[in-house]
Amino acid sequence: MSMNRRSVVKAIATGGALIGASVLMPRIAMAAWSSKAFKAEDQATAMSELLGGTPSESAEVTLKAPDIAENGAVVPVTVRSTLANVESMSIFVKDNPTPLVAEFMIPAGTEANVSTRLRMGKTSTVTAVVKADGKLYSASKEVKVTIGGCGG
Amino acid sequence: MAKGILKVKAKASGDKTKVKLMAKHIMESGQRKDKKTGELIPAMFLQELKVMHAGKEVFAANLGTAVSKNPYFAFNFSGGAKGDELTMTWVESTGKTATETAKIK
Repeated sequence: MSMNRRSVVKAIATGGALIGASVLMPRIAMAAWSSKAFKAEDQATAMSELLGGTPSESAEVTLKAPDIAENGAVVPVTVRSTLANVESMSIFVKDNPTPLVAEFMIPAGTEANVSTRLRMGKTSTVTAVVKADGKLYSASKEVKVTIGGCGG
Repeated sequence: MAKGILKVKAKASGDKTKVKLMAKHIMESGQRKDKKTGELIPAMFLQELKVMHAGKEVFAANLGTAVSKNPYFAFNFSGGAKGDELTMTWVESTGKTATETAKIK
């Protein structure tokens, strides 16, 4: 009960409308947005909430990111993998207030090669986690940030 | 800010389609403070994005607040021909949702 109340209070504080929306709108068939994973404040929690495990480093996952990002508000990142049967790819920034950046679902027929742009509060390790055949693989890289992209 | 926030460039080349997608959205993280009042600006960001082609899902994303303002995504999928239509559905953290379409060039 107390857990329940806490999450309700938190939801009101953060978005209010969220509750109404989740009741009113039938979810489209896709992996649901995991609010626990996206709100987790450390990377290990976010990973286990989202993917249910810890990944192992793999050379078959490529994370392309700049060595130094002048502007942390826009950091271009590309995740690529040569693994077969890739199901999803997620990006984590370890030292962000909430490490989980995004999760991409890769249906059959779509290349395991996604580019996006993300925000970084400060210099941090960026980790890409690829889920293939039910197993987790990762690649990490440190990106130095000269101007943060969070807060203000 | 209701409809038409997505800019899509989809190009068929050979047997695959390259898609570049940009959403015009502030992606308010909920961490920023209003400079005048010192109060936190509530979070408002795109949470989900799904791209369909010919009734089949070709790309889907769950997004957090650390995705940059005006989010950009690039991906390739096999299949798709010039003139085909892509259907994009997005959901904002406020619950707002819309579906937009774009043609493959």
